[in-house]
Amino acid sequence: MAQTIKIKKGLNIKLIGEARKEICSIETQHYAVKPTDFIGVLPRLLVKEGDIVKAGTPLFADKYRENILFTSPVSGVVEQVCRGEKRLLEEIRIKSSAESESEDFGADDPRSTERSAIIEKLLKSGAWPMIRQRPYNIIANPDDMPKAVYVSGFDTAPLAPDYTFIISEDLSDFQLGIDVLARLSGKAVQLGVQAGGNFPEVNNADVTLYSGPHPAGNVGIQIHKTNPINKGEIVWVVNPQDVIIIGRLFSRGVLDTSVIISFCGSEVISPAYYRTRKGVSASVFANGNVKAGPLRYISGNVLSGSRIKPDGYLGFYHSQFTVIPEGNYHEFFGWAMPGLNKFSFSKSFFSYLTPNRKYRLNTNYNGGERAYVITGMYEKVFPMDIYPMQLIKACLAGNIELMENLGIYEVDEEDFALIEFIDTSKTEVQQIIRNGLDLIRKEMS
Amino acid sequence: MKALRNYLDKIKPHFREGGKFEKLHSTFDAFETFLFVPDKTTFRGSHIRDAIDMKRTMSVVIMAMMPALLFGIWNTGYQHFLSTGQQAGFWQMIGYGLQKVIPIVAVSYIAGLGVEFVFAQIRKHEVNEGYLVSGMLIPLVMPVDIPLWMVAVASIFAVIIGKEAFGGTGMNVFNPALLARAFIFFAYPAKITGDTIWIGGLSKGDGVIDGFSGATPLSKAASGAIDQIPSLHDLFFGFIPGSIGETSKLAILIGAAILIITGIGSWRIMLSGLLGGLTITLIFNAFAANSYMTLSPLTQLLMGSFLFGMVYMATDPVTAAQTNRGKWIYGFLAGFFAIMIRVFNPAYPEGTMLAILLMNAFAPLIDHFVVEANIRKRLKRSTTVVKS
Repeated sequence: MAQTIKIKKGLNIKLIGEARKEICSIETQHYAVKPTDFIGVLPRLLVKEGDIVKAGTPLFADKYRENILFTSPVSGVVEQVCRGEKRLLEEIRIKSSAESESEDFGADDPRSTERSAIIEKLLKSGAWPMIRQRPYNIIANPDDMPKAVYVSGFDTAPLAPDYTFIISEDLSDFQLGIDVLARLSGKAVQLGVQAGGNFPEVNNADVTLYSGPHPAGNVGIQIHKTNPINKGEIVWVVNPQDVIIIGRLFSRGVLDTSVIISFCGSEVISPAYYRTRKGVSASVFANGNVKAGPLRYISGNVLSGSRIKPDGYLGFYHSQFTVIPEGNYHEFFGWAMPGLNKFSFSKSFFSYLTPNRKYRLNTNYNGGERAYVITGMYEKVFPMDIYPMQLIKACLAGNIELMENLGIYEVDEEDFALIEFIDTSKTEVQQIIRNGLDLIRKEMS
Repeated sequence: MKALRNYLDKIKPHFREGGKFEKLHSTFDAFETFLFVPDKTTFRGSHIRDAIDMKRTMSVVIMAMMPALLFGIWNTGYQHFLSTGQQAGFWQMIGYGLQKVIPIVAVSYIAGLGVEFVFAQIRKHEVNEGYLVSGMLIPLVMPVDIPLWMVAVASIFAVIIGKEAFGGTGMNVFNPALLARAFIFFAYPAKITGDTIWIGGLSKGDGVIDGFSGATPLSKAASGAIDQIPSLHDLFFGFIPGSIGETSKLAILIGAAILIITGIGSWRIMLSGLLGGLTITLIFNAFAANSYMTLSPLTQLLMGSFLFGMVYMATDPVTAAQTNRGKWIYGFLAGFFAIMIRVFNPAYPEGTMLAILLMNAFAPLIDHFVVEANIRKRLKRSTTVVKS
């Protein structure tokens, strides 16, 4: 019987616009890979505009680690290489061709393949970036031996996709992907599953059940609860849909980046799941299926996703596309109103009398930035044995020794997303943690 | 509203850098954000934010102080007419109370906020809302006959030395409102101690009936007149002389309920403060070396500013311990020392103010040990891994 871990601290933010359990298809030719999705990667471009590429053809490599390749999610032609300020490589846009062609990496049974050969195949196909390491949440180093590989089989973020539903569509490839990851760490994969759900049976995995509110589904929380990271240790993490893609690489020998995306949010007219490929253009979803008004397009969830333009592309690690209203208006005496339609973790708005209500929240800060005054709130949404306020202040001060002592290696910015949400002082907590992690990574390398 | 918004948008450029009134930028900003929640939207990190902000938080605290303030206003009138022996109706008492209390509130806000606005402009940040609470706490802990200029000086001292000298809101070590009171206490002791200052008009002695004593229950207790302490009923409902906001324990408990339900005041500090006070009283009861030490725990806890201090002062999140475990220790010791100082200090009948200020000074140390314990646990875990 799998162990059940109860998470008590946290917060489920209930939003309007959950995707209905139906997989729709969507037609588009526009895809892109965004080097900015990958923390700490300095891209070296390997293609130029007009090049013909297949699914799995390298587009760019990491200058720091040349063996880590980033490949095309579809077959087609390199339509445009977009650069931003200081020639920062932002997007490599691919226009897909009618006929899908893929590079052949050869099908294998991972159970009888050498570990080094598995790594080689993952690197060559461009599937390797799907494996990330904690600490830092950067792409894993192929030369490392992780102490464990973690997969969180559920997501508790607002409007998050239901992975049980998604995985049941590709169960055999998910199983094969788990087998591959088990070979990488030499032991069973640590799989986190929601208690009370009907997650399918998976072999080669140590299942731990979790109950409780967000962030119970964050892989960082699950690592902390089962096998916390000490200084010098490394844990690898993979998203469930990427496990499926890795599985396909071994069952069929090709990089098939087909994923199921949840298109959700209060401003989506008909929220649903869509089968598409990684890096798909956002505009095909939004076209005719969003409400009027200034809108925020988010690749990922509302707490830790990244803002994209209406004509942008979904991120490499995201299975969710959320659209919510912008909050760029002044509200008269907004802070003084009883607030029946305002969501707050604190009980200072009367909306707490209707706990099951779903909200249409916008992007307004709902207040100005202030000094840290309130204490004891962060701890209520942070289910780790770490003092969040003290760690945030250590990051602000750039005190590396203190950050290490307070547990910086165990956290990722997404674990602080709820703290940022409830923060009365309206500070950029996730960015502060990211800066702290980046500082340590630079000092350590 | 629309017209007001348009007007604000029209005059806004004058307050920006290079504008006519750029020196009033922070002031304008404070008033604008008071009227309208800013239209600023998130650009990174969490795209949605909780509806709460510092203004909401502070206004909840102010609301929690309202019962104490309103009762204080009534009690000011009630005590005054008691001292003069005149018959007076409810509204007459309220009228007299308003006339005495409102000027103190106004002076505290004007003096303190004035300094806040100046510092916000110099430091180029928005005006922090913290003083809205301090500015209300200061009148509530003052005797009603305090000279207004003293309130002004104390408020200014509290903001400059208590807050801005340490780096501004969020960085101060001592609770500003208590510091204002301590300032008067040490600079002008005659105006904040004694038997005549607690009742409006009594220090001037106009028309006071013969034999009326304005002594607070605490000074009666300190002088050994244990039998003259008012009944528990009067202590609880607050028909006694004392600082403006401290007398009615019922009003304070209503405030405490608001703070606890909204999650804005720390119930840990309030509860552990009570436990601390209870513990030391029971210890005193066990020894019973003098008549003061024999007072029942309930009387001790209902007398003076003990409850007021534990609910509104000790819970100040900036100057209290910041870790949950630290809050238990901090609150317990604050309650413990409050009663201890009250019973043992011969110079001054109440100990709450000094106890909380003392614990303010120790709060960072308490937190240090709590956080150190967490760090040691982590280090221990990583060394066991290395060994095995």
